[in-house]
Amino acid sequence: MSTFDIPIGPQHPALPEPLLLKLEVEGESVVGVDFDVSYMHRGIEKLLETKTYFQGLPLVERICGICNAAHGLCYTLNVEKLYDKEIPSRAQYLRVVVEELSRIHSHLLWLGVAAFEIGFNTMFMYTWRDREHVMDMLEAITGNRVTTEYSQIGGVRRDISPELAEKLLKTMDVVEERTKYYIKVALTEPTIAKRTQGVGYLSPEDAKATCSVGPVIRASGIKFDVRADDPYAAHDEIPFNVITYDSCDVFGRIIVRAQELLECVNMIRYALKNLPSGPFRIKLPMKPNAGEALTRVEAPRGELLHYTLCEGTPKPYRYKVRTPTLANLGALRAMLTSKGRYVVNIGDVPIIYGSIDPCICCTARVQFIDVKKGKAWTWTLDEIRNMSKKVKA
Amino acid sequence: MEISITFGYHTVFDCEVDRVMSMLSELLKNLFKKRATVLYPEEKDKVHVPEGYRGKLEFYREKCIGCTLCYQVCPSYTIEIITDEKGKRPVFNLARCTYCGQCEDICPTKSIHLTKQFEIISLDKKDLVVK
Repeated sequence: MSTFDIPIGPQHPALPEPLLLKLEVEGESVVGVDFDVSYMHRGIEKLLETKTYFQGLPLVERICGICNAAHGLCYTLNVEKLYDKEIPSRAQYLRVVVEELSRIHSHLLWLGVAAFEIGFNTMFMYTWRDREHVMDMLEAITGNRVTTEYSQIGGVRRDISPELAEKLLKTMDVVEERTKYYIKVALTEPTIAKRTQGVGYLSPEDAKATCSVGPVIRASGIKFDVRADDPYAAHDEIPFNVITYDSCDVFGRIIVRAQELLECVNMIRYALKNLPSGPFRIKLPMKPNAGEALTRVEAPRGELLHYTLCEGTPKPYRYKVRTPTLANLGALRAMLTSKGRYVVNIGDVPIIYGSIDPCICCTARVQFIDVKKGKAWTWTLDEIRNMSKKVKA
Repeated sequence: MEISITFGYHTVFDCEVDRVMSMLSELLKNLFKKRATVLYPEEKDKVHVPEGYRGKLEFYREKCIGCTLCYQVCPSYTIEIITDEKGKRPVFNLARCTYCGQCEDICPTKSIHLTKQFEIISLDKKDLVVK
């Protein structure tokens, strides 16, 4: 049978983010896929070079609206490495509290989006309603719902009062109860099982070979979590389990994220009960020492990586961000072309794409700009290969 | 258990009873709950804004010592430093402000305060300048 191409995106009602999927289709089965993520370039890395490290924090938080707590935390941990000063342990615990709260809201949001993609709108409404409890707590702790900017260079912005901590613990009881209900629904509901079981198969070998991160690789049965492998903030003192599931499909990714919610709840409870006393912020000078730093943080979507090169000035010489979606794009290709147990039907493409929790506007980082001519473009892989050949010759 | 009602060759009702029952308790519970959303412009008093919310900023001229630290940490060039009869002072253009609150945190005399007011929209640009 002959194949033909179907382009989906970059703007398409079935896709939550601007991505161009070029699907090679044989009948209704996907046999090949190619994609382009360069529709949402914002020039944040270049802009960071024009700002001091203290001015850069609100900008870094705006790389991603959902995992902004992880971006802010990664940035502050990264810059603090340049100072060689010890950060108070109370600040580290409070950072974990807000990071895990942000993870809860991200996973609840994703559960809603995934339910919406498979046409189960009831669950979408319920999860988004319950997410509001978490958003209200984020607002009460940090002063804003979305761009929290809680983690600052040298500590955290504000302290948590005992009354607020008690209120947070009560909210955690609500979240735990609701999460248990969602896990029950996910395990028993035929709508979810029929649309997700066996769909988007990613074998453990492929997961390793494509260097996927976060819940995607954990749903393929591999224990990989930066919080456990390379602990930062107070994660080396707060006990938690790395959740894995071995079904290797979209269903597994739903279960992994839902069970991670319970782990987050327990981590917040532990952090609030064992909160060390002491200062929550120390003052650091505007100028860090010269040097370079690399930090990894487990964002809700997976491993997040920040790198900076400092020449002893208040502004960075170079700032580099690697977001988890970029790492998962290889896995997406493997999922869409998987032939093992199941050949991907074109109707399952949106939920498979949604299962990596895509955030394309965080991902598009590189664009070539000729300032004199006022032109902007991106290069394809073949063009870059040809150029490297020319350079070699 | 599965219930299926057919009329001739057409299935008019087909459902699994366990599934309906599992969601039914949730449905009945929600029948007697109050609405989760707020009809915002009509019910303004129901909008809960917590203490420490980062909203429209206020500036107290009598406390300001003109150190320009707020100007140095502002990420979006909201603050302009001018000189009046008492010396240097900031002027805030809220159209540029991202409400990050870094100026409030760094101010040594607490002359900047972010209030709980979140309705900042105006038809006149001059209303957005805080002096």
